[in-house]
Amino acid sequence: MPRPHLYLLLALLAAFGVSYFSDRIDPYHLDVIIGIGINIILAVSLNLVNGYTGQFSLGHAGFMSVGAYAAAAVSLFLGPRLLGAEGGSTLQQSLMFLAALTAGGLGAALAGLGVGIPSLRLKGDYLALVTLGFGEIIRVIFQNVEFLGGALGLNGIPAYTSIFWVLAFVALAVFTVTCLVHSTYGRGFLATHDDEVAAEAVGLNTTRYKIVAFVIGAFFAGAAGGLYGHFKMTITPTGFDFTKSIEIVVMVILGGMGNTLGVILAAILLTLLPELLRPIAEYRMIIYSLLLIILMIARPQGLFNFKFGQVKL
Amino acid sequence: MSEFLQQLLNGLSLGAIYALIALGYTMVYGVLRFINFAHSDVFMVGAFIGYYMGKLVPENTVWGGLVVLIVAMLGCAVLGMLIEKLAYRPLRGAATLNVLITAIGVSLLLEYSGQVFFGATPRTFPAVFPSVNFSFGDLVISSNQVVVIVVATILMVALEFIVHRTKIGTAMRAVSLNPKAAQLVGINNDVVISFTFGLGSALAAAGGILYALNYPSIDPLMGVMPGLKAFVAAVLGGIGNIPGAALGGLLLGTVETFVNGSQWSTYKDAIAFAILIIILLFRPAGLLGKSSAEKV
Repeated sequence: MPRPHLYLLLALLAAFGVSYFSDRIDPYHLDVIIGIGINIILAVSLNLVNGYTGQFSLGHAGFMSVGAYAAAAVSLFLGPRLLGAEGGSTLQQSLMFLAALTAGGLGAALAGLGVGIPSLRLKGDYLALVTLGFGEIIRVIFQNVEFLGGALGLNGIPAYTSIFWVLAFVALAVFTVTCLVHSTYGRGFLATHDDEVAAEAVGLNTTRYKIVAFVIGAFFAGAAGGLYGHFKMTITPTGFDFTKSIEIVVMVILGGMGNTLGVILAAILLTLLPELLRPIAEYRMIIYSLLLIILMIARPQGLFNFKFGQVKL
Repeated sequence: MSEFLQQLLNGLSLGAIYALIALGYTMVYGVLRFINFAHSDVFMVGAFIGYYMGKLVPENTVWGGLVVLIVAMLGCAVLGMLIEKLAYRPLRGAATLNVLITAIGVSLLLEYSGQVFFGATPRTFPAVFPSVNFSFGDLVISSNQVVVIVVATILMVALEFIVHRTKIGTAMRAVSLNPKAAQLVGINNDVVISFTFGLGSALAAAGGILYALNYPSIDPLMGVMPGLKAFVAAVLGGIGNIPGAALGGLLLGTVETFVNGSQWSTYKDAIAFAILIIILLFRPAGLLGKSSAEKV
């Protein structure tokens, strides 16, 4: 990877450029693009855990919800005090939103640490189940906290999410994950995936690698949750259930585990598919699930498992 | 005291249903080593077969109820074998994750097909068995609870008999112990796996009917939560272990009913997962499972 920082800068500039022209894009298309972007962040960050490090997690939606709630709480409860009644200038709002997203990411990362330390001793199906269980517990807790709206969730979140923020965070997530797995330190993730015993034998602390992957993955899931909350303007605990986690896992697996480019393409495809099938609304989810089964049988290595941009696993 | 007994009774009848579903999970895990996510939707299909059959037989009769139960079990056994043949058999030998995702695909397919064909609005399950309440002092036992406990006990005893006393049961245990060696001694693994799916799905259907008798509002997504909890029950007892699944189901149903009756009732959906996490952290092999050391 030559000069990754340059790519990040270019991507951020491009995000700024696109946001400049965003008034000319059809609002429906803009919504779809934002949805795609949020899913890319989720899928790319989960890929670090499920793909590169080989730890099967089914709790990504749980971390997303922690991030969504933390970010929404910051802009709902702190926002009016800091920005005043008028809502502040655009710059102030942007800084506010950045702070909210960071809080969302950090909150989710903290949850990731809390979940990861006890559960990452487990392997395979069992880890999948424990992460699933934590995801569901997080949901039930949010349903019971009055302060955060209980089962009704939080409403009236300011609509800060714009195409710029989404693209910028997509760039940041892809940049972080790619740089990390290509670095000397990051080879440890792949080693943990390939053979845990051998990795430990050459002196790698595999538990620490798993936790690092988990925490970074959770951070971006939280940021994506923050973007989602400020895009939909309302969040409910049931919006982040087990089904949402499955949706993200499917993107990672169809993209080809440990293949960032493939995962991005799969996230785009799987977000567009239900939109494209909208004319046959009644049957679209049937077709979606049938495609999933057929693809798993026909191309078990993932849809986009080509050599380009892939770290060999 | 009588309230305690009442809750215990309610808990045991819910637990018996969890146990029936958990048995299917644990048997499939035993022979194929994967979590059959579609199992909870077979449970839902069982309830719907019961719903449509319930319209054809006279209500409130024992034989009518039994006909409904048996037809649903047969229907789901066929469905389970079909699912195995069409979706899982082509993936024999593939990575576990791929099979897991396929299972999720089958689960979604059944749920969404259910929403199209059965409709997404909840239906009221007909009272196919006679419904009477027996009271012993303060203790009230509904006939449906009696049906649940009797049917579940008969089915579990029958399963124990099939697994330990018949040829196909011996073959099932052999495949679960070592599939390759089983093949070497002349067992047709495909037949055994197919049979296991049929058996597990029939039990899920029975669970579906019994659940619908006690909670008579059925919809295409009704299987998701009981399914997850039944899986927790299977892990609690030791996955792959048949008596363990029964024990896990009874325990989980009882605990959940007691939590539901307490001041923490809104946390009842979390309790199953909390138990799961504690069990996996401190006794990963489950209550009755044997732990095996990893070989390098």
